[in-house]
Parts: sequence; structure tokens; C-alpha cells
Amino acid sequence: MASHGIKDQVAIIGMGCTQFREHWDKGVDDLLIDASSAAFASAGVAKDDVDAFWLGTASSGMSGLTLSQPLKLEGKPVTRVENFCATGSEALRQASYAVASGAYDMAMAIGVEKVKDSGYQGLNAPPAPHDGTKRNLTAAAMYSLVLPAYAARYGVDEDELRMVVAKIAEKNHRNGALNPLAQFRREMPAEKICEMASVAGRLSVFDCSGVADGSAAAIVVRAEDAHKYCDDPLYIKALSFVSGTGGGLIDPDYDYTTFPECDMAGADAYRQAGIDDPRSALAMAEVHDCFTPTEMVLMEDLGFCERGTAWKEVLAGTFERNGDMPINTDGGLKAFGHPVGASGLRMHYECWLQLRGQAGDDRQIDLSTRNLGLVHNLGGYPGEMVSFVSILGPELG
Amino acid sequence: MRGIISFGGYVPYRRLDRSAIAAVMGRGGGRGTRSVASYDEDTTTMGVEAARLALRSSGVDPRALWFATADPAYLEKTNATAIHAALRLDSSTGALDFGGAVRSGIGALRTALESGGPTLVVAADIRGGLPTGADEANGGDGAAAFVVGGEGDGPVVAELLGTASATEEFVDRWRQPGSPSTGQWEERFGETRYGPLAAQAWKEALGAAGIGADDVDVAVVAGAHGRAVKRVSGQLGVARVADDLAGAVGNTGTAHPGLLLGNELEQAEPGQTIAVVVLADGVEVLILRTTEALAAYAPALPVADQVANGADVSYATFLQWREMIRVQPPNRPEPTRPSSSAAARAQDWKYGFVGSRGTESGTLHLPPARVSIRPEDELDAMDPAPMADVGATVVTFTIDRLVYSVSPPVVFAVVDFDGGGRLPVELTDVDPDSVRIGQRVEMTFRRLYEAEGIINYFWKARPARSSSGQ
Repeated sequence: MASHGIKDQVAIIGMGCTQFREHWDKGVDDLLIDASSAAFASAGVAKDDVDAFWLGTASSGMSGLTLSQPLKLEGKPVTRVENFCATGSEALRQASYAVASGAYDMAMAIGVEKVKDSGYQGLNAPPAPHDGTKRNLTAAAMYSLVLPAYAARYGVDEDELRMVVAKIAEKNHRNGALNPLAQFRREMPAEKICEMASVAGRLSVFDCSGVADGSAAAIVVRAEDAHKYCDDPLYIKALSFVSGTGGGLIDPDYDYTTFPECDMAGADAYRQAGIDDPRSALAMAEVHDCFTPTEMVLMEDLGFCERGTAWKEVLAGTFERNGDMPINTDGGLKAFGHPVGASGLRMHYECWLQLRGQAGDDRQIDLSTRNLGLVHNLGGYPGEMVSFVSILGPELG
Repeated sequence: MRGIISFGGYVPYRRLDRSAIAAVMGRGGGRGTRSVASYDEDTTTMGVEAARLALRSSGVDPRALWFATADPAYLEKTNATAIHAALRLDSSTGALDFGGAVRSGIGALRTALESGGPTLVVAADIRGGLPTGADEANGGDGAAAFVVGGEGDGPVVAELLGTASATEEFVDRWRQPGSPSTGQWEERFGETRYGPLAAQAWKEALGAAGIGADDVDVAVVAGAHGRAVKRVSGQLGVARVADDLAGAVGNTGTAHPGLLLGNELEQAEPGQTIAVVVLADGVEVLILRTTEALAAYAPALPVADQVANGADVSYATFLQWREMIRVQPPNRPEPTRPSSSAAARAQDWKYGFVGSRGTESGTLHLPPARVSIRPEDELDAMDPAPMADVGATVVTFTIDRLVYSVSPPVVFAVVDFDGGGRLPVELTDVDPDSVRIGQRVEMTFRRLYEAEGIINYFWKARPARSSSGQ
């Protein structure tokens, strides 16, 4: 693997995140202004102090003008990036590399999505001109293929597995209920989710991420400069990205129980960060729970448990906020909501709060033995996806 | 000796029980069932299915393709070219539409029988009318295809003995382009016109064939005017009149003479004389005699098998598919039109279902790729892989109730092809509850959707109906 990483070379010195919800009263401009203003305030800097900007949005605007116009940025470079649902993380990755290279002293990564102006339910991106032979299937249906495949491979009863993934939604709703920025603030028992009508395979609407508007932003500087701005910066230990071949769609050996792109991105990130055993090294992980089966499979792909055991660990409570391996303590895509371009930065925002002990008494995880956090953010479908993994920590070394 | 080398009839999978009409509407309908083209079928796709069966039984490379229908998917643009593309015929093979009139179906067949070179003749129709009307109940949907040629082109299973035409202008049945229903003059009028015309053409055709009516073993009699067909059937003086498939399929209009003839040929013995009499704005008569080659002829999927293996569609769904009622679509964006230039570049894939196979790895790529997913294949080291006639097995599947569809829910499966290769593909002609892992499927050419007047054709998989899928 030829990725060298930039461990401890870049630090986050401030972050901001809007509430994720149906912002009928706010447009893309408002969301960008709110998230960036919060990030500037968090870092104690002004917009003119930032040398360069990376804007992530999947389909809420094109070009850097989407950011430079509402913020009235004078003479600054703004790069718009898009990488499916990993767009926000991609913006952070590019901003971090720009700072690490020495090209800029301070950069902002900001992600935004205004999905509720389309007039349609769910996420909708206008397709590029096409030959008309592309699959006509929702992401929910593609991810629903995981359940029967996993049940068959590991000999788990399909009804039991359905309850297992509902428990994942239950946990994320429980976490979201405590989070003032989350879209959904109500708990949702797994039994109730299982009783709901199926919309794709055996998945109900409550197995899918929340559809929300929102924005989140981070300001990064080189690590040696971090303490000029901030007493408790968050250091970037690893940034990994894998864009798949799409081979899973046509490879008869692919069995829909794993996402190889995520496995590879995780392994690369662990190498960059020097982590041998993620389960013992990581205090928390924010992972891409776009659909409940996704979170289950990710527990294995990211090495948090052995293959074929994630479903048992879910039932054992391992991934609860007070469990051995807290996952999606902010509610995840499920309860926090999923404004595509913003989600990756929202995940980092939760690490920013938790790993610095700022999550608040009712939400704060235990950092007494471990203080590293992982963010996993993917885009696409089983068989053809992009995957991002970062690792963050409050200490150098 | 020129005649029919091979043939294929296509009866769509769905059947409307005619009694369901009166159950909803209080009147209309009748006994038996009629065939119903699915929401993702049109005359072009049904023509492709019939033509695939005809070509599978002969292996002849036709030099011309003629397509006839009274319900063309496109006006202005040739529909036969989509069939040509789906069959992967050579670009030097001409493709023409015989358009508009019911008579064009038998007309194309007769013209092919009387001209030169191996010719593929395809006829298809979707028959309907306003709810409770006779056309709605008695119509049927289907297609028929014939490979016509001489001895040099392939073994002729039915040679042409003689033909005749009788033509007269009278307005008996008529339909404006785009209209959902056909007008009909008082029935007695047409009946009195067709009787003498049929007698005239029948006499002339028998004379041309040099035989008498009692030499004819079976007569196929077809036409949209039911009373006239009945009357003419009784006046021919033949040993037997062919089953008109009215009870199970209905009258498939432009396709009907071919469908009935194919059905007879599939059951005929060598040396039998078959007459085809078609009443459509005049009368067309063909007289054929089956040859010894028929004994060795194996139809790819007999019409009778297709008639026997259908599944019901509810009257409500039928009305929806025919756009007689509009239902609330899912609150999702409608699909966008395919790009003509992108579709043209992808013609072999989109219309012919041709993937590519790595020359070293043998790995199948659907759609075709220049770079293999296996490292041992060099760039562009790919062979074309035609997959339309390769059977496959369902590996896993899902039901999508969220995605946009003309007829939700979408049933989607991951299928593995015999001999290697995989594709996630939409299933059709299937009830969601009946899909099983391990189920055998085969590819079928369908109309995925229409956007801005452009029809998006591509392939789906359906539960295996023919031997290639088994």
C-alpha cells in the first residue's frame, strides 16, 4: 500500500455543525453561513484568516461559488468536491492534505446538503446523460440484499437477524434522542420497527437514514500551529479513501456479506495510524449506518469483531454508548439525519466533541483507557462503493 | 421452392379472465381469458421475442427484416430497427416497417413468400378498446415471426402453393392514431362485404395452387370482424378450420394469422395442406403445404406451451397497464430519457445484451468493459460475449417498493449465468411472492420506460419459459 498518511501533521482547531432536520426556513446559503460561522467561532478565527476552502456537496450546488458567494470570500480558492455520501469527508481529506503540503496555513472543509427542496421523498440526484441500461433500484433495496446473504452465510435465522438490525436502529435512535442537533429525538423500540411495513426487502423506513438538511465544517492547520488557536486540538492520525472497481456487481464470488472497499480503507487507516487492534485502541467510531444492515457488516469490515459475530455483539450491547465499542454515539445517519455532503463532517464533529470530553454529561463516553476515534463514511452500493476512513485523537504520538 | 423455414409465436405471460370485467363494471367481458402484454412490453418487444424463437429454430441469417403492426411503438421512426438490433442482425440487412393496418401482417408474410432472399417477417399487436367493449374482451396481445426463404437458405418446412388477394375500399373498422379504441360500422355491413370477397379470393388461390377445397387439411381464418370470420369459415368447404385461440388468447389482430399458422405448423405432419384466409379490408389467401423437413423441425417454444403457461392479471392492473386508469405514482422523480448518442455507442449491450469476456481470465463483464476486473487480462483484451440466450440462476433477490416504476413493486435479483458471470437485474413476468433463490431465469427484451417520448428498451430476466433457460 503506497499511502503514507499524514499522521499528526494536521490538527482540527474548530468545528461547527447545524442542526440536521427539515430546514424549510433555511436555504443552502443559510446552512453554509451557520456552519462556517460556528466553526470560525469555535476556532476563534475570522473568515479572512482561512487561506483555502473545500466545499463538499453532492447536488446542492456546483463550483466554489456555492460557498464564496454567500460568505463573500475575497480572493480565496474554493474547491467543490463530490464523492457520493462520503463527500463531506472528502472535503476534510483534501483540506488536510493542502495544509500538510505547506501550500496553505489554514483551510476549511465544509459540507452541505439541502435535500428537502426537491419536492420528493428520499435522496435524489439528477443523473448524467446515460444509455438507459443502468439499474433501477433504490439504495435501500441494494442494501437489503445483505440480510438474506448474511443469514445464509453464517446460519442465522432471518427473523432473528431482522431483529438484530432493528436493534441497531433502536440504539441509534436512543443516542439521537439525547443529541440536541439530531433530526430524530425520539426513541424507537426494535419491536416496533420489526412490525412496520417493508419498503425494500425486509427493511422498513426506520431501517433507513433520516433525510435531512444540514451543514458541518472543520478548520484545519498544521499540527505545530494548532496551539496558537486552540488548547485542545484534535489531531488527524489517518485519512484513507478507496474507490471500488464495481467488480462486486459482476463477480460471482461476491456474496453481499462484506464491503471490501471498507475493509481496505480501514486496513490502510490502521496502518497509517499504527493501530494493530482497533477494538482495543479505539474509544469510539462513527460509521456510515445508511441502512441498518450496513452498520452490522461494517463492524466486521472495520475489524471491531470477527466475521460472522457482529450480530451477536449487537445483541450483547457491545456497540451501545456505554458498551465496549461505542458506535454512532450521536445517533448516526439513522437518527442524526443524512444531508449527503455534510454527513462526513458531522461524524468528525461527534469525534471533536467526544474525544475532547465536550459531548456533555448525558452523552459523554468513557475516555479513561482509550482516546482514539474512527470515522467511516461510504458512498454507493454493495458491490460498487467509495469508502473513507479517518482516525483522530486528542494527543500527538 | 419458396416457403417457411422456421417460425416463432409469442404469447405474453399475463391473462385477463374475461369474467373479471363484468365483476368490476357490471357488464362486458365474457368467457375464457385473453392474453395481456405486460406494462413493459410493446409490439416491438413482443416482436423481438417471437423473432428470437424463429431464429433459434433455423439458424438462417435473414437478409431483410419486415415488421408489421397496427400499434407501432413509434411513428416516423422505424420500429424494425430495434428488433434488428436486439437480434444482432448485420447492418447490411434491411429493416422495414409495414405499418398501421391489421392487413399489413399477412401482407408482409405474403410479400416475403413471393419475393427473394431469406426474409424475417415479424408481426405483433396489442389489442384493446374502451372498458366493457367487445374489443377489450375479445382482443389479445401477441406476436409471430417467420423466416421465409428458398431451399438454398435452409430446409423449407412449408412451401407456398398459391396466393390470392381481393381488395375493396369500405370503412368497416377504423382508428385515428393515438385513439384508445376502434370504431366499427354496423356489423352486418362488413359481413356482407367480406363474404363475396372471400369467395372470390378463395377460388383464385385454390386455382393458383391447383387444388380443390377438399384437398385442404386445415384453414386458418383470421380477421377483426368476428361475424365475417365465422361466416367465411363455414363457406370454405375444408376438412377443418384451425383453432382460433379465442378462448385463451383472444384475437391478436395483425399478429393473429401468423400466430394461428404457427400453432398449426407446430402440430402438423409433413404433406399437409394449410390455407390461411385473412379478412382485413379485403381478403388475403395463402396456401401452403408442409414438407418432409417438418418432421425434423423442433420449435423453440411452441405456442401451445405458452398458452398453457400463463398467470392472471387483475382487471384493475390491466386497466392501469393500458393507461385506461392512472394511478398515483411513487413520490420519486420520473426516470430521464436515455441519451441517443450514448445508446448508439452502447447498441450491442443495450439492444443485443452483449457483454465482454476477458481473453485470459474468461471473466464476464456486464456491461462490456475495456479494463478487466481480473489483473491477468490486458487492456482491451476482451471478446464479445452475447448473453441474451444464456440461462441464469437467481442467487439472491429483493423487492423494492420505493423505486419509481410504472407497475410497482420492482422485483430485483442477482443472477449468475450458466458458464460464469453475474448481473443484478430486474425481473419481470413474476409475482413477488414466488421468487426463490435457485430459480431459473432467462433474458427478455423489454421496454423499461418512456421519457419525453423516447422509449428506453433494455433487457430484464424472467422465470424460464423456454428450454434455453431450463
